Amino acid sequence: MTPAPARGRVEIRDVGKSYNGTAVLSGVSLTIEPGEVLSVLGPSGSGKSTLLRTINHLETVDGGWVAIDGELIGYEHRRGRLYELKERHVLKRRTRVGMVFQNFNLFPHLTALENIVEAPLALKRLNRADARELALGLLEKVGLADRGDAYPRQLSGGQQQRVAIARALALQPAVLLFDEPTSALDPELVGEVLDVIRELAGLGTTLVIVTHEVGFAREVSDRVVFIDRGVVLEQGTPAEVLGNPRHPRTREFLATVL
Amino acid sequence: MTQVQPKVGVDTVADRPADAGGVDFGALPVVRTRHWVRWALGAVVVFVAAQLAWTLVTNPGYGWPTVAEYFLSPAVLRGLGMTLLLTVVAGSIGFVVGGLLALARLSRSPLLGAFAWSFIWFFRSVPLLVQILVWFNLGYLYPTIGLGIPFTTDYIVQAQTVTLVSAFAAAVLGLSLNQAAYSAEIIRGGILSVDAGQLEAAAALGIPRHRRITRIILPQAARSIVPNAFNEIIGLLKGTSIISVIALAELFYVSQVIYNRNQQVIPLLLVAVLWYMVLTTVLSIAQFYVERHYSRGAARVLPPTPLQRARAWVAVQWDRLDDAPAKNGQRA
Repeated sequence: MTPAPARGRVEIRDVGKSYNGTAVLSGVSLTIEPGEVLSVLGPSGSGKSTLLRTINHLETVDGGWVAIDGELIGYEHRRGRLYELKERHVLKRRTRVGMVFQNFNLFPHLTALENIVEAPLALKRLNRADARELALGLLEKVGLADRGDAYPRQLSGGQQQRVAIARALALQPAVLLFDEPTSALDPELVGEVLDVIRELAGLGTTLVIVTHEVGFAREVSDRVVFIDRGVVLEQGTPAEVLGNPRHPRTREFLATVL
Repeated sequence: MTQVQPKVGVDTVADRPADAGGVDFGALPVVRTRHWVRWALGAVVVFVAAQLAWTLVTNPGYGWPTVAEYFLSPAVLRGLGMTLLLTVVAGSIGFVVGGLLALARLSRSPLLGAFAWSFIWFFRSVPLLVQILVWFNLGYLYPTIGLGIPFTTDYIVQAQTVTLVSAFAAAVLGLSLNQAAYSAEIIRGGILSVDAGQLEAAAALGIPRHRRITRIILPQAARSIVPNAFNEIIGLLKGTSIISVIALAELFYVSQVIYNRNQQVIPLLLVAVLWYMVLTTVLSIAQFYVERHYSRGAARVLPPTPLQRARAWVAVQWDRLDDAPAKNGQRA
């Protein structure tokens, strides 16, 4: 397998996953091009979060495979067999994928700045001074240059999520996953987080966004995927899927959220 | 502290809508509720405390001169040293082994989990007193201990159990293994109290496993571990008195030896009790600061230390002293 020169190409092939006999994902196949912004829509419980989590191996798959730039996630292909990777190697591949969680999951005992420098320092990518500089730059990028010394609990939800985005960017990932990044926010704080994500779109990082913000998905995405009961029902440009849905379930869903 | 707050109702009465019946409630003095029952109970408490203090002073049975005589005597201090040594050694081993057991119980390996569970089950089941006696008398069970070929009696190195397991070794073994079992559950509880999202976020960032535990999980778990851990350490400190059964000269045993000689039972028990109280006080103060350290980020503002509180109080009083004439001048 030749390593693809392009950064951030995600291939998902025939991915299946079930919990206690209930299928959460069945036969999902998607290819996400480098730099593409893909939104995943679907009713709650449709498997869209699970799909996102298979991309960085937070969930293992029962069948099928996921690869980023030609490298399998969680496995290695050698002599016609798939070898399960050791934790160390999983972590190494995982650093190419950043993730932003619905509940931010900032480390509450560390300041905003410490949250951001933690991973680059842990992985010995940067020394302390460089990591600090990088973190200050990222904080400025998300509009929080003056809040580096604040603990997460001293920040509003929107500010916390922006720190979480800066933290995910600190490893300069090729792919950035957003798991309902605004669902836990008060309505008036949604905008500031969406603004930050909007700025990331088109900068070359592949973005995969699970969201309920249909308007935002329409505006920012190159492509929209609609998932229901673990199956991709429909995909296409925002205009196609959101403007002229072909599948009745997509229409039903859009009618309830719009 | 130079500013005197303007009283609402005096300055702003014009802006407020007229109150019922034209009475300006804001300007009326407030009469506080009288808590008669609280006062009566308070008086009872004060009386009981005073009575107790009086007997402490007047009852010759307490033998305060004897207490003073032995409190800092070399024998007692040596006993105290042994008590401290046992507490520190057994506490350290206990918490390190306990931490490993907690991680083993939480690991995905069923074998490790089962081992840790059995260890905890066994050492929580057998009374500490019995454990210490068994360790001390291990020689009856295994006369020699050595390294050799497994499941045979061919030894390479070998030693008499009696020489290997001294009274001190038996005490350390008993106390630390017992402590490990209890600490394991406290640490496991602390780890479980940390939100699973924290581990996930750390994993998603590619932070290696050992650093995830030491840097992300344990500092957060510490908030719920520390109060229980200090409970355990204080319990262990006093629990070392059980070691007196194998005649190891710790604080309690020493005071027993002395009162068996001079028949001053109560005064010498008091000596031991006072030392336990002193050490517990020191540990309680340490607990405050350790808890404060781990509450970083949990509270928006850290609670002030007693020192900071005292300083703030002095500053306020100082300011008052300074401003007193000026204030009077303003009012005049």
